[in-house]
Amino acid sequence: SMNPDLASERQTASFSVEKLTALLDGGAERTRMRRAVVEAIEHDPEFSRENQYFQSQNERYEAAVRKAVHLQKKMHEMGWNENGPEFKYIYRAVAGDVAFLLHRVFMRSISVLGSDKQIAKWIPLATQYQIIGSYAQTELGHGTYLQGLETTAVFDVTTQEFILNTPKVSAMKWWPGDMGRSATHSVVFAQLYIQGKCYGVHPFIVQIRSLQDHSLCPGITAGDIGPKMSFEHADNGFLMLQNVRVPRENMLSKFCEVQPDGTYVKSGSQKINYFTMTTVRISLISDEVITPLMKACTIAIRYSVVRRQSKLKPGEQEAKILDYQTQQEKLLPQLAAAYAFHFINEYLEELYNRSYREIQRKKFDTLPELHAFSSGFKAMVTQCSASAVEICLRACGGHGYSSLSGLPSLYTKILASCIYEGENTILLLQTARFLFKCFMAASSGQAVPPSVAYLAAVKPRKCPAKSKFDFLSPDIYTEAYQHMAARLVSSTATKLQDLVQSGVKEHDAWNQCTVQLAQAAKAHCHYITVKNFAETVAKLETQAGIQKIMKHLCDLFALHGIFSNAGAFLHDGYISGAQMDMVTASYLDLLPVIRKDAVPLVDAFDFTDKNLNSALGSYDGQVYQQLYEWAQKSPTNKQMSPAYEKYLKPLLHNRLSKL
Amino acid sequence: TMNADLRRERASATFQPELLTHILDGGAERTRRRKEIEALVINDPDFQHEDLNFLSRSQRYEQAIRKSALMVMKLREYGIADPEEIYWFKSSVHRGRPEPLDLHLGMFLPTLLTQATPEQQDRFFMPAWNLEIIGTYAQTEMGHGTHLRGLETTATYDPATQEFILNSPTVTSIKWWPGGLGKTSNHAIVLAQLYTQGQCKGLHAFIVPIRQLGTHEPLPGITVGDIGPKFGYDEMDNGYLKMDNFRIPRENMLMKHAQVEPDGTYVKPVSDKLTYGTMVFIRSLIVGDAARCLSRACTIAIRYSAVRHQSELKPGEPEPQILDYQTQQYKLFPLLATAYAFHFVGAYIKDTYHRISGDINDGDLSELPELHALTAGLKAFTSWTANAGIEECRMACGGHGYSRCSGIPDIYVTFTPSCTYEGENTVMMLQTARFLIKSYTQVSSGQRVSGMVSYLNDFSGQRIQPQHVAARTVTVRINDPVSLVEAYKARAARLVEAAAKNLQTELNHRKSKEDAWNRTSVDLVRASEAHCHYVTVKLFTAKLSEVSNAAVRSVLTELSLLYALYGISKSTGDFLQAGILTDAQITQVNQRVKELLAIIRPNAVALVDSFDFHDIHLGSVLGRYDGNVYENMFEWAKKSPLNKTQVHESFHKHLKPMQSKL
Repeated sequence: SMNPDLASERQTASFSVEKLTALLDGGAERTRMRRAVVEAIEHDPEFSRENQYFQSQNERYEAAVRKAVHLQKKMHEMGWNENGPEFKYIYRAVAGDVAFLLHRVFMRSISVLGSDKQIAKWIPLATQYQIIGSYAQTELGHGTYLQGLETTAVFDVTTQEFILNTPKVSAMKWWPGDMGRSATHSVVFAQLYIQGKCYGVHPFIVQIRSLQDHSLCPGITAGDIGPKMSFEHADNGFLMLQNVRVPRENMLSKFCEVQPDGTYVKSGSQKINYFTMTTVRISLISDEVITPLMKACTIAIRYSVVRRQSKLKPGEQEAKILDYQTQQEKLLPQLAAAYAFHFINEYLEELYNRSYREIQRKKFDTLPELHAFSSGFKAMVTQCSASAVEICLRACGGHGYSSLSGLPSLYTKILASCIYEGENTILLLQTARFLFKCFMAASSGQAVPPSVAYLAAVKPRKCPAKSKFDFLSPDIYTEAYQHMAARLVSSTATKLQDLVQSGVKEHDAWNQCTVQLAQAAKAHCHYITVKNFAETVAKLETQAGIQKIMKHLCDLFALHGIFSNAGAFLHDGYISGAQMDMVTASYLDLLPVIRKDAVPLVDAFDFTDKNLNSALGSYDGQVYQQLYEWAQKSPTNKQMSPAYEKYLKPLLHNRLSKL
Repeated sequence: TMNADLRRERASATFQPELLTHILDGGAERTRRRKEIEALVINDPDFQHEDLNFLSRSQRYEQAIRKSALMVMKLREYGIADPEEIYWFKSSVHRGRPEPLDLHLGMFLPTLLTQATPEQQDRFFMPAWNLEIIGTYAQTEMGHGTHLRGLETTATYDPATQEFILNSPTVTSIKWWPGGLGKTSNHAIVLAQLYTQGQCKGLHAFIVPIRQLGTHEPLPGITVGDIGPKFGYDEMDNGYLKMDNFRIPRENMLMKHAQVEPDGTYVKPVSDKLTYGTMVFIRSLIVGDAARCLSRACTIAIRYSAVRHQSELKPGEPEPQILDYQTQQYKLFPLLATAYAFHFVGAYIKDTYHRISGDINDGDLSELPELHALTAGLKAFTSWTANAGIEECRMACGGHGYSRCSGIPDIYVTFTPSCTYEGENTVMMLQTARFLIKSYTQVSSGQRVSGMVSYLNDFSGQRIQPQHVAARTVTVRINDPVSLVEAYKARAARLVEAAAKNLQTELNHRKSKEDAWNRTSVDLVRASEAHCHYVTVKLFTAKLSEVSNAAVRSVLTELSLLYALYGISKSTGDFLQAGILTDAQITQVNQRVKELLAIIRPNAVALVDSFDFHDIHLGSVLGRYDGNVYENMFEWAKKSPLNKTQVHESFHKHLKPMQSKL
C-alpha cells in the first residue's frame, strides 16, 4: 500500500509527470523503449542487486563477472547490440554493476588507434570474448600528465619485437579496470625507444594471461590493487612488465608505425585523439554523474515527505521534514541542478554531434571549443553533483548513513568521477587556457566561437533590477552571470599580462594565477549552464504545466548560484547590496513554490525501486518497514559471529573481576 | 631511508616542530606522557593485526571486540584512569575508529553515575565496571532522532506487580542505531515515554536487560539485531531493539532525579537542565575530533603532495612536487590553518566545560545556556567544515586518494556521521541562533549580554536607525589579526541583526511564531555560522599571544592570517554587502591569501609533522613519515583478498565457460 504522505504529494502535481518523463527521455517512444529494457533486465533474477550491500569485494567481483557473462546471453536473446539505442538503457538498468567495462575501452582504442589490419585481427576476437581486454595508461607515479609515463618499449630490430619494461616501482601500471583478475590482454601505453631515441608515448597490445589456464604470462606481474572507496565490483589492477616481448605488429599504428628497419613513420592527424577523450568525458556526464544525482534527489526528497520530525505548529502532528525551510534549501537547489545538468548535457551532445560531422569532413575547427567545453563541464558537473549527492545523504539524517539507503554507494561512486578522465582542477585550467586565448583574440578584434563572444564585451555596468520580482526574469540573471564570468576572465587575463610585463616568466605567471583561472573557468561554465537552462525553458511547449515548473527550477538554479556566491556578483558593484537582499528574498520565496511539486519532479526521473535499490526512496514510501525487513537479512544477523564465543563470553564471565 | 623530498622539506623548516607539538598537547610533559602511553599500545604484540581494509565486516567487528576486551584489562593493569589518558590509549588501540564498547564506556557507565540512585549504583555499577554487564544507550528510534519528545517507545507502570511494561508500539518506534546494541550488549539504558496512573510523564531512562547472562541469547519479548552495513563504522554493531510487553522491576528506572513510587505516584525532577550536561560534553568532544580528523587528512595530503611529482612548471625542468602548484596549495593550506584553528577551539571548549561543570555541581546553572548554545553551533560549524576538508584532502591526492590505502576514505567515513549524531547540524545551528536572537532581543530592550555574544552590546542603539550596524565603519587592516577579528565581529553582528529583523517582519505578517521561525531559518543558520566563524577567528588570534617561542609564533601568526583572510575571500558577499570591506580591500585580501600560500609553503611538512601522528595511527600508505609511498603501495596491494590466489575462482566458474561457448 502507498504511504499516505507520499500519495498526497502526488495528487497535487501542477504538471503531467508522464510528459516530463518523455521530455527527459527525448520523446515518448524512447521512454517506451527504456521501460522495455529495464523491465527485461529487472525481471531476470540474475541481475538482482538486493544483496549487493552485504557482499565482500570478492563476492562483488564475482557477481559482476557473472552478470557480464549473462548480459552477453541476454543481449543476444533480446536482439540488442552494443551499438544499438538500447545500450545506454541497459547500462542504466544494471546500474553499472558489471565487469568488462574496460574491455569496451580496449576495443574502442583499437578501433580508433589501430590500423585496418589490426582492427580486422583483434576486434572479432574481442567481440567473441576469446580475449578480454583492459586499457593500461595510468601508472603509480603518473596520471593526468601523459608525457611523464615511465613504462618503456624498446624496438629490437633483430627479432622485430618490442621489449616492454617497467623500469621502477612508480612506473607500474595502476588502476586499470578489469586488469586485476579478468583481462587476458591490455593496451599498454609506453615510451617508444628506437635505437636509443625516445619517440614519446605509444599504445601496444600486450598479452598478460594465458588463454588456456589464465595464469600470468612470463615476465608479467599483475593483480588487484586492493580495496577502494567504491567500485568493489571492479578488479582495478596493477601490471609490471619485465622484458616482455611483443611482435612489431602489436603497436597500434593508425597514426605512427615502426617499420621493420626501425624507421619511425607518422601518418594522419593525431588531433582525433583529443576527440576520443572528449567522447569519454561527455558520455560519463550523463551515465556516471547525472543519473546518480537524480537517484540521490529521488531518495532524499521522497524520504523527506515520509519522515516527520518535530512540530511546526504547537498541537499539530509532527511536520514532514520537507516543510522545513532549511531542508528545502538543502534539497531543492540540488533538484534544480539535476535538471540544469540534464539540459547542459543535451547542449554538449549537440555540440559534440556537430563537431563529429565536421570531423568526418576533415574539418577540425570546432575541436578546441569542444575540448575546452567538455573539460570544463566535466569538472563543474562532477564537482557540483558529487557535493549534491553528499548533501542528499546528509539531509536524510542518520538513515542516510545506512548502506540500505543507497546513498553511500551513490556518493562514493560519483566521487571517483571528479578524478578519472582528467582531474578536475587540471581540466578547469585547460578550459581557462581556451578562455584566455579567446579573450585575447576577441580583444584584438579577431573572430571567436559565438559561445565565448561575450568575453569581448566587458563594461562597467549595473544590474537594472528594481524589485525582487525582476530577479525572476531570465534576462536579468543571465546577464548578471555573463557579466560576472566576463569580469573574472578579463581581470585574470589582465593580471597575467601585468605579471609577464613586470618580468615574471610566463609559466610562473600562469602558476601564480591558477586559483583565479580555475574560478574564471567555473564561472564561465556556470554562466553557460544558466543561459542554456533559460533558453531551453523558453523553447518548451507551454501545455501541461511543464514550462511553468521548469521556469521555477531555472530561476531557483540561477538565484541559488548568486545567493551562494554573492561576493562575485557584488564585487564590482554590478549587483548592489540592496539588490542582493532582493535576490535572497526571491530565492527563498521560490522554495515553498517548488516544494509543492518536489515529489512529482523526482517521480519524473522514472527510476524503478529495483534500480534505486534504496530502503528510503521506494515509490510506495514504506520506508521503515523496508528498512527493518532488509536489515534482518544482513549476514551479521544470520551467521553466528565467532566473537561471542571467543571474546565476549570470557569477557562477560568475570575474568576482569579477578584482576 | 627517508624519501629525499621529505628530508629536504624537513630541513628547510624555520621552526622546531616539537615545540608546536607541545603547544597542541598543552605542555611538554603532556606530550611526553602521551607518547609514553601510545608506545605501550604500539609496542604491544597483543594489539597487532592484519590491515583492517582487507577484512570483512564480521572480521572487523571481531578484531574490535578482541582489542576492546584487552584494552579494558590493560588500562586497569597499567592503572590508567585519567579520561584524557584513557582517550590516548584508546585512540592508539583502535586507531581513531569506533569500537563496540564505546557506548558502554562512554554512555552507559557515565549515565549510571549521573542518573542512578545509590542503590541502583550498587546493583549495576560494579558488574558493569567489571563487564559482566555490557550496556548501551538506546535513545534514537527508526522514526525519531534529534527531536526527543517525539520518541514513541512506552514504559507503562503496573502497580500490581511493581513493574514497568516496555513496548515498541509501531515500526517507527523500534530503537535503531545505538552502537554495541546489535551483538555486544546484554543491557541497555532505554529512553521511553513514561506512563503512570494513566498519564504520560515524558521521557525517562530505564535499565533493560536484553540478553540472557550466560548464553547471550535474546530474552523473551526482546527482538534485537544488527542494522546492517553502513557508510563506515564497520567495526560497530549498531543495532535495533524491539520490545513486546517486556517487564522490568520498578527499581530499574533511573531514579536519581525523577521517581515513580510503588503506588505509581510520579515525583518530578528538580531541574531538567541537568540532563543536557552529558550532551554538551559529547558535543565538545566532537569539536576536538573535527580538529584531529582534519589534521590527519592534512598530514596525509601534504606529505604525499611533497612526494608526488607531476607535469611541468617550467619547460625542460624535472617534474615538480605537486605541492608547488598554487592550486594545490590553495586546496591544502587553508585546511591546515583550519585544523590548527579547530584545535584551539576544542581546547577552549574543554576548558570552559570543566570550569562551568564545576559551577554546575555547586548548583550554579547560569552559564549553561550560553555553553549549550556555543557547543551546539561550534559542533555543527567544525564538523561541517572538517567533513568537507577531509574530502578536499582526499581529492587533492588524485586517484590514489580514492584507494583505501590512502587512509583518507576511512577517516572520512568515520568522521562524517558526526554531522548527524549528537544533534543534526542544521538543528544545532538553529539552537545557537535561538540563543543569538534571545541575546539580540535583550540588548534591544536595554539589557547587556555577556560572554561570546557581548559584541551585540557594542551595536546597541542601532534599533532606532535600522541601517546603523551596516553603516558602521570598521577600519580593517588586513595584515593585523586583531583587526580581522573586528571584521568578523561586525559581520556576525550584521547577520544576527538581519535575521532578527527578518524574523520580526515575518511575525508582523501575522504569522505564527513557529511559521515565522521556519521562514527565517535559512537566515538564522547563516547568522549562527557567522557567529561561530567569529568565535573561531577570535580564539585562534587570542592563542598567538600565549606562544613564547618567536619562530613558532611567527608561523602560527601566518596560519591565523591565512585562516581569517581565506574565510573572507570565501564569503566576500557578506563583507561587501555590509560595507565592512571595500572592493579594493577584497582584491587585496585575495592577493594576500596567495602570498601567504607561498610564505607557508616551506613550513608545510613541518606543520603537519607537529601534529605528531604515529604511522600506525595515521593508517596511510600515502602519508607515511618516511615518504616511501610507491614501494609500500605495491606491498599493500599484494595483500588484497582478490589476490589470495593467482587465478581467481570466477575464471573457472564464469569466464572459461563463456569463452568456450561463444
